[in-house]
Parts: sequence; C-alpha cells; structure tokens
Amino acid sequence: MLDKFDDNLDPTFAAVDRPALIARLAAILAPGALITEPEGLRPYENDGFSGYRVLPSVVVLPSETAQVQAILKVCGEMGVPVVARGAGTGLSGGALPFPGCVILSLGKFNHILDIDADARTAVVQPGVRNLAISEAVAHLGLFYAPDPSSQIACSIGGNVAENAGGVHCLKYGLTVHNLQKVQMVTLAGDIVTLGGDALDAPGFDLMALFTGSEGLLGVFTEITVKLTPSPSFTQVMLVAFDDVRKAGGAVADIIAAGVTPAGLEMMDGMALRAAEQFAHAGYPTDAEAILLCELDGAEADVADELARVAEICRAAGATEVRLARDEAERKTFWAGRKGAFPAMGRLAPDYYCIDGTIPRHQLPDVLAEIARLSESYGLLVANVFHAGDGNLHPLILYDANAPGDLDKAEAFGGAILELCVAVGGTITGEHGVGREKINQMCVQFTPDEVEAFAAIKAAFDPAGLLNPGKTIPTLARCAEFGGLHVHRGALPHADIPRF
Amino acid sequence: MPTSLASRPAEGVDQTEALADQVRRASAEHRPLRIVGGDTKFFYGRAVEGETLSLAGHTGVTDYQPSELVLTARAGTRLADIEALLAANDQMLAFEPPSMGPASTIGGVVAAGLSGPRRPFVGAVRDFVLGVTILDGRGRRLRFGGTVFKNVAGFDAFRLMAGALGGLGVILDVSLRVTPKPRAQAAHIFEMGWSEAQGRIAALMRRPLPLSGAAHHDGRLHLRLSGPEAAVAAAQAELGGKSDDPAFWDSVRHMTHPALGPTAGLWRLSVPAVARLELPGEMFIDWGGAQRWLAAGLPASAAREAAKAAGGHATLFYGQGGPVEAPFAPLAPALMALHLRLKAALDPNSILNPGRLYPDL
Repeated sequence: MLDKFDDNLDPTFAAVDRPALIARLAAILAPGALITEPEGLRPYENDGFSGYRVLPSVVVLPSETAQVQAILKVCGEMGVPVVARGAGTGLSGGALPFPGCVILSLGKFNHILDIDADARTAVVQPGVRNLAISEAVAHLGLFYAPDPSSQIACSIGGNVAENAGGVHCLKYGLTVHNLQKVQMVTLAGDIVTLGGDALDAPGFDLMALFTGSEGLLGVFTEITVKLTPSPSFTQVMLVAFDDVRKAGGAVADIIAAGVTPAGLEMMDGMALRAAEQFAHAGYPTDAEAILLCELDGAEADVADELARVAEICRAAGATEVRLARDEAERKTFWAGRKGAFPAMGRLAPDYYCIDGTIPRHQLPDVLAEIARLSESYGLLVANVFHAGDGNLHPLILYDANAPGDLDKAEAFGGAILELCVAVGGTITGEHGVGREKINQMCVQFTPDEVEAFAAIKAAFDPAGLLNPGKTIPTLARCAEFGGLHVHRGALPHADIPRF
Repeated sequence: MPTSLASRPAEGVDQTEALADQVRRASAEHRPLRIVGGDTKFFYGRAVEGETLSLAGHTGVTDYQPSELVLTARAGTRLADIEALLAANDQMLAFEPPSMGPASTIGGVVAAGLSGPRRPFVGAVRDFVLGVTILDGRGRRLRFGGTVFKNVAGFDAFRLMAGALGGLGVILDVSLRVTPKPRAQAAHIFEMGWSEAQGRIAALMRRPLPLSGAAHHDGRLHLRLSGPEAAVAAAQAELGGKSDDPAFWDSVRHMTHPALGPTAGLWRLSVPAVARLELPGEMFIDWGGAQRWLAAGLPASAAREAAKAAGGHATLFYGQGGPVEAPFAPLAPALMALHLRLKAALDPNSILNPGRLYPDL
C-alpha cells in the first residue's frame, strides 16, 4: 500500500518541534484558520483517492497571499513538508498528506476578482470552483472550457496543479491551453508572476512548466484564465455497437475523416448498463458499446458533420444511430455518462478508476488485453473513455472489505498503466501521478529522465519540501520497483536501463 | 479510413550518437555550443560565441499517422517538407510558424517558439508540442511528453523547450499535434482606422466565429475566416467588406510583407489586444491587436516602457545592422533567479546556446 511512506524509497526529513511549529503558524493566521486536533485533521487525511490515508500534522487555512508567503517561509526554515490542497477531489492521491506535513488549504481563496469581457479573461483565486467560473460569465456568452467530471466541486488551483482535462479537451484543450497568467509563491516566500496579460511573456515558458506540476514547484495564489465564446449550436449523437472493438475502430475513423468533435466518449457494455440503471439515460442496454459524439458550431455545419459521423459509424458496424431529440435529451445522454462512476456503486462496493492514454488506433487491442487481465486478476472491469483523446478510464470493481482485494486492484491497475506505456501511451491522461502512480513513473521514464525531473524540482524547491513523495519517484524507488517486476517476470520495456 | 503513409518522405538520417558525442565533449571541456538548424533565425536573440552544433543533417519524419493527429520528426527535418506531407493528408500545423527561409527546420521552429497569424485563435507552438527528445547539457538523451494529447505524467518539460532558444536542451526530435485543414477559407478587407478596428475585433472575438486572422495596417483591417462551410459563409455574409488577396496572410505569416522586413530594424510589441499604445510611427498590427510590429528607430527604453505600461513586453526582433545586445525585455529579479536555477538544472556547465536569451542565461 502506497500510503505507507518508506524511509528507504521516499524522501525523509528531520523531526520537527511540533509545538514550536504551531506557535509560529498561529502568529501568522487568524483564529480558527489553524487546525491541530485529530478530529479537525481527519477530513484532510485523504483526497478523492480514498484508498490512501495519512493524518497531517497541521492544517492551515490562509486567506491572504501574505499569509501564504509567511507560512511557506516558516516551513522552509523549520524543514517541514508542505502539501497544498484545493477542493480535495483529486483522484491520484496528490493531496495525500506526507507524514508530519502541513496541509496548506487554499479553500478560503474563493473569490472571482475580475472579469474582462473584451479581453475574454477572468482573474480568480485558486479556491474558486471550476464550474463557478463558467456560471459567472455565462451572461456574457462566454465559458471556461476545461470541464473535468468533478467540475461542480473541484477548484481552479487544483486544475492548474493537475493540468486538468475533461470531456471537451479534444476541441477546446487542457487547462494549460486556457491559462493566461498565474501568480505563485515559492518556498522561499517570493511572489512570482508567470505568463502575463499579453499572449506570451519573455524568457522560458515557466507557466507551461508549472501547469500540471502537482504542487511540487510552488503554490498558486491567483490565476487568470482565458474564456471561450459559447457555441451557437450543440448536438449529440448516440451510436450503439454490438462489439466494443468496432466502436474503437469508429473512433479512429471519425478523427481520420477530419471531424473535430467537441466530445467523443465511449462506454462498454458493463459501464453503459450500470449507467442506464443509475441515470435512466435511454441507453440501449443490449449494446456492447456506445459512443456519444457531440458537435458544436453553426447549425448547418453540425448537421453536415453529424451526417458524416453517422455514415462512418454505420460503415464501422453500428447497430443504432440516434440523435438527441432536444436539449433535454442531450443533457440526459450526458447525465448517463457523467453518472457512470457513481453508477459503479451498484455493481460493487468499491471501484478503482484508472487513467491511461493510448494512441487511438490501439483501442481495440488494449481493450482485449484489459479483458484478459480482468480474468487473470479475478476482478471485473467496466470501461469508460474519453475516446476522442484515447484517454481510458477503466473502472476496476472490488470490495475494500474483502482481504487482499485492494492489493489486487492496485496490481491490476498498475498492469493496465504499464500496458498503456507499452503501446506508446502514458500512465496518466488527466488525473496526475500523485502518490498512486509513483511506481509507474519508473516504467514510463528512464533513470536519467527521472533524475532530470528531480533536478527541475530542486531548482524551485532545493529542500524538497513541497509535496514530497509524489509525482517524481526517487531513484531508489525506481531501482526497487524495477527489481520487483523483474522478479515477477513481467518487466515492461526490457531495453530501458535498470540500476 | 486511416490514410496511407506512402507520402512519407525518406526516412532521413539519425545522427543522435554523433550529436551526443559532441555535446559530451563540449560539456567535459566547458566549451559553449552554438546550436543551429537551418540557421535562418540567426538574428533572433543575442549572438552566441561557440562551436557550431548542427542539427541540419539529423532528419526524417519518424512517425506520422494522420488519424492520430500527431507527427514526429527529427529536428533537422525541413519545415517545408513537413508542411508538404501534412498538406497531402489535408492536415496542417495550426500555429502557422514563420519560415524565415527554405532551410528552416522543425527543431528551429520549436526552439524559436514563433507562431503565425492564427496564434490568438488556436494557440502557440507550445500548445501543439506533445513531446520532445533532447540532449541535456551533459549529452544525456531525454524524452519528455509523448505522442498523445492528454498526458500529465511528469513535468511538462517538453512545452518548456518551445521558445527556450536551445538554452535548456538540444532538441533531437519533436512530436507535434497536427490539425485537419479547414474546409472553407475566406479573406476580407475593410477600410477603417485602428481604433475602430480594435473595437470591431474585440466584439467579433466575443462570439463563436470562425476567425483565423485579424490584422491592421495602413488604414485597413484584414480579417481571415477558416472553418466549416456554413460557419464561414454566414460570417462572410455578416461581415461584408471587400474580398482580400489570400497572399496577404502568407506575407504576414512568413514576414515577407514590406512592413515586416529587417531593413530598418523591427520591434515586436506583445501586449493585450485591447491595449491602447501611444507610440510614434506606423504599426503593423497582427493577432487582433496582441502583436504589434514597429520599425525600429525609437529608443529601446520608449518601446519597453510603452509595452510594459500596456501590460506586455517588447522584443527587438531585427536589430539595425549587427547583433542585438538586449533583444528581450528584462525579467523581474525573482523570476530571473528561477531561470538561472532551471538552466543550471538542465545545463550545469552552461554550454547550450549560453547568452542567447540574456547575458547570464
């Protein structure tokens, strides 16, 4: 279990005088903004990846940038690890406390500071919820494009830290493509602005480096996002297949035909049946896979492209092609998809959501291999994908109360990620490495590359205090992890140098 | 219907070993390297004194599957060859990098980080880089990113290479996201002054219109539309104006327009599109107002201060005869400190294009 941090495989820090730390933090913060009692710390012991839990030493809830500066300075001086936390919805254990750490919650940074309709930007604090931005600018005919499934709850600071994606990335891009400027605080307590109000800034593109850096390089305190004009017309098509491989083939054909859907999602038979029971979306429950293909733009173009998509899908063997009859049905189709994760609760007590990306043309083969792994691990898996991006979300079903089940699920998930790397993809498309995929980093990257990441980290955080034990594995961990896999006879990429 | 790979150019030549060897030797002896592709953008940035490390012979498209919307090529592959291959498959590089000459290479395109007229509508070079392989300052071969669009494993060191002018690594190959060519395109021209044009552009950009270019020069607003047929036709009908010569947009992209030439020197002001700038001389305005070109002749301090006051920065793109000492706007001290530490992390002996961006970097 990866919530056991290991002195030999993870960073270590000297013991800290906790009462002295609390006294110094109390001098910075307003009463009530410092949590030290176990019952108050408990809600912070995990994030959206609920399998791992560690109790932090202290939780701080600053409300001003100057307090963030002061907190980071104290932690730097006393050698205390700091884990920044937004809404705590992350799915890779990125906000899992490191033993003895300070949890730096940005929850009180929850104000929208400025909206500029002509510049199409919004200046927001990191604790603002993703969906709140779109809601605040809807009357201007604008929206904030990245829409992770958790958008009702997740915060924009976490989105930047994870480079969050969502359903509409294929057309509108990831978080990194929708940022204009960020203000961040270094561990030394310096306030630094990355990006700017123009479309570029002089020097290295540090804003790109910091986006998706998972809290390892600095703490964001203010974010300027780009806003996008809302499309004039949107329509969604539901396509059913009697074979999941045919659906995978159709996805590659749609993209190859030059169509850029706003969203192109796929669910396999198990996922769509569970979603149907849960949300009554009107999905054909006898299908083995469905695609949801959303297009937006001028009405005539959308109609034209949907006709092409329908033709492509029929040629690929679709058994049914159905347009949403109206806006209400369009929303119902999506409600089924967005409810796919909670719907798993009907199939098993727990599920483990995996997040690899593969080249689209590998979809059929990868699905076959996941089915084979499912049999060999003895755990069911339901597949939900952002198919247009090749981003897989296999949901491994297990029972946390059954002895050994979580370990099996963890091993099965690891095997899927290694498969993604082996076919030319990546271990994480949008959920981040966090703590969960720290070992698989050693599969995707060579020791030299891991060392380069560590050097980049050290350039911004020489003491290694920001979110330690996450995202970038130690070389010791990679050596140990590589060894385990050789022992199991399942070494992926045998040509990668081991040590 | 996956497209065939028959039109892929020759496999090219892999010179990784020789290049790594040269970097390792230079690193051991602390000798600076001047990294060169086609050397068509030699004027951009500060002059580098050092032994030439040429990527021009490290060529070939190593992977291109149109249905994956990604192309991987070695750094020395010519931009023209890549664009011809993409065009044969009805695809393109949406960020429209300028070709400053036929020898322009894809490695140089990424290292320089220059984007064309579509930039405000689709994004910059860095938005289309999916992965790079580099040699770091010790000659180690490192691969960052990959060939898939959604990829958040490790730091995005690949995007960092765009615009770093070689200072953080020698780009060996690059994987770029490619885009289907728009099915329809149109160019319109309007007689109007800049202040009226600026308001018009801001109003248009708040709506979901298929804009792909918005420039102003010499009392004329030029708008380009690209996208699906109906959207382009509807926008054309609404906009009115006269039909424009499409060659205008090529001349903007590749900077062959007379107002964008090197003769008199050229300032590039990157500012918010809605900013008001009061500077003497006639500007060539692109990116809907976010990129403004001005013939040199005004003192650096005037250009820098005006751009900064407007919320942006100024670059001396072409100097007036001879190398430019300070092409880029100075960085705040805390930000420069981070730049120096990052440089040291990837190039500890400071041998990769040292000083190209800033004297100490």
